[in-house]
Amino acid sequence: MSELRVFIADDEAPARDRLRELLEDIAADLPTRVVGEARNGIEVVESLPGSGAQVLLLDIAMPGMGGLEAARHLARLPGAPAVVFVTAHDDHAIEAFDLNALDYLLKPVRATRLAMALRKASAAGAPAPERLERAASRGREYFSVGERNRITLVPVSEVVYLKAELKYVTIGTRAGEHLLEEPLVTLERELGERFVRIHRNCLVSRAAIRGFERSGGTDEEPRWTIVLDGIAARLPVSRRQWPALKDLLTERAP
Amino acid sequence: MASIRHNVQPDALPDFRNLGVMARIVIGAHALLLGAVVYAEPAWPAMLERYMLSAALMEPVLLASLGVLYLASSGLARLAYWPGVAVVLAVAMCAAWAAHVYFHPAVGGFAAGGVARTLAFAAIVAIVLLGYLRLAHRAYSPALAEARLQVLQARIRPHFLFNSLNAVLSLMRRDPQRAERALEDLADLFRVLMSEGRRFVRLADEIELLERYAAIEQLRLGDRMRISWELDGAPSDALLPPMVLQPLLENAVYHGVEPATHPSDILVRIERRGDRVRARIENPYHEVASTHRGNRMALENIRERLRLFFDAEARLESKIEAGRYRVEIEIPYRNAGAASPAARGTAA
Repeated sequence: MSELRVFIADDEAPARDRLRELLEDIAADLPTRVVGEARNGIEVVESLPGSGAQVLLLDIAMPGMGGLEAARHLARLPGAPAVVFVTAHDDHAIEAFDLNALDYLLKPVRATRLAMALRKASAAGAPAPERLERAASRGREYFSVGERNRITLVPVSEVVYLKAELKYVTIGTRAGEHLLEEPLVTLERELGERFVRIHRNCLVSRAAIRGFERSGGTDEEPRWTIVLDGIAARLPVSRRQWPALKDLLTERAP
Repeated sequence: MASIRHNVQPDALPDFRNLGVMARIVIGAHALLLGAVVYAEPAWPAMLERYMLSAALMEPVLLASLGVLYLASSGLARLAYWPGVAVVLAVAMCAAWAAHVYFHPAVGGFAAGGVARTLAFAAIVAIVLLGYLRLAHRAYSPALAEARLQVLQARIRPHFLFNSLNAVLSLMRRDPQRAERALEDLADLFRVLMSEGRRFVRLADEIELLERYAAIEQLRLGDRMRISWELDGAPSDALLPPMVLQPLLENAVYHGVEPATHPSDILVRIERRGDRVRARIENPYHEVASTHRGNRMALENIRERLRLFFDAEARLESKIEAGRYRVEIEIPYRNAGAASPAARGTAA
């Protein structure tokens, strides 16, 4: 039948060359075609959609964005590729991969192993986002917003607030808003170090908090809104979250 | 040199379950008793008789003390050294007191002078023997220091080894000669890494090692890494412990170049300032929380090795300034011609 379309992502040029050589070596047994290459996670996320890749050979340790996070962003794409992780040495990642039944190869890669992994992966299809999420050792650095056949990345550090609205979560940056299809609770669990809840339906970036303003209520029960860096709108603070938030501000500026 | 040993091996009580330790205690106690008797009794026949009598009084004390210490040795091992010494002393004196009370009427002789004299003798014997065993313990510790030095040395990132092998494999077909050179570099690097690492090396050799390491990394990283070498002021005959600079360069690559998507500059500057040699390595700083611990561990490792070799005479500092991470080492300038290195080079 037709060739298997493979995408290669590794930050080291010799490692990419080596994988291409090995793919040629096993061509008689398993015909493949390299449809794209990338040097880091961001490049993969940008250039893989639309390449038609069926299997992604993905290095774990890459600058900018590592393999695991790139895989998480790609997994939500319609027609996401199967993923075979490649790593030189990372005990922690390997343990997590074994636990979550994710395929990986150890560098230097052997031709026979590569062929086996490609077959297995292309049969199994794209990994479930939940398994990738569980294997991740730390929170993501980017939010990904899927738009038909491409993915827009929004750095977590630029996001000022996350607001739940019906089915979606709106993420707000100083430049504008995007829609995410993930529940607010899972985002809070993953990013709790960087974001804090101010209301039943809203998290804000701890670093962006500038202060609080009275917005009415009585003297016994005042109502407060939060002032966020670079955002004109004031978001309401719930009575339940107010005590914790007040402490947060005094801790930061004693 | 004593201070080096002291850094490495804390004082510890002897192992009272060890047969050798018990034998030394028994023989030592009898030697002390013999000395005391010789001093106290000028006439030979009386001296022998008195020794027999005194030994008959001391033997139960010794055996009882050793028995108690044997049983209590696991508990003693958990104590710090000085509280442990106090316990041992208390055991010996209790046994002496009991022996004095029970056997005194029967043997008389040496015990004349009352219970205070017996207790004083027991305490002196215990203190002298503990002091002797402490010295003996310290005499063995250089072996431990050496083992520790090796452990400290044998740290290269597996990440580096496997990625390098992978890079060499990729060259095999396209550029076999370059692949050969890379394997030779790798062999040299590992030869030093797996050596005992107890002796000083010449700075020129250490710099060569740095260049071999850099060549391997260049193969892997290509134009992502640019190293400027400022070595004109480096005294090639200066002596330093092996593998002190390479881990710093490895750190610079690992934390300064690999996390960056754009080309990164590393600076290596080694120079002599009067009677000091100063080496500085700089790389771009990237804030990645998970890597800090590894870096700190590597620095602590080097700091400890410098201390084993130079005691307090070496200095290691690191700081972040204007987006650059900088680590600086300063060691006393000693050259290969000086007489002392051979003696000091063994570090323990």
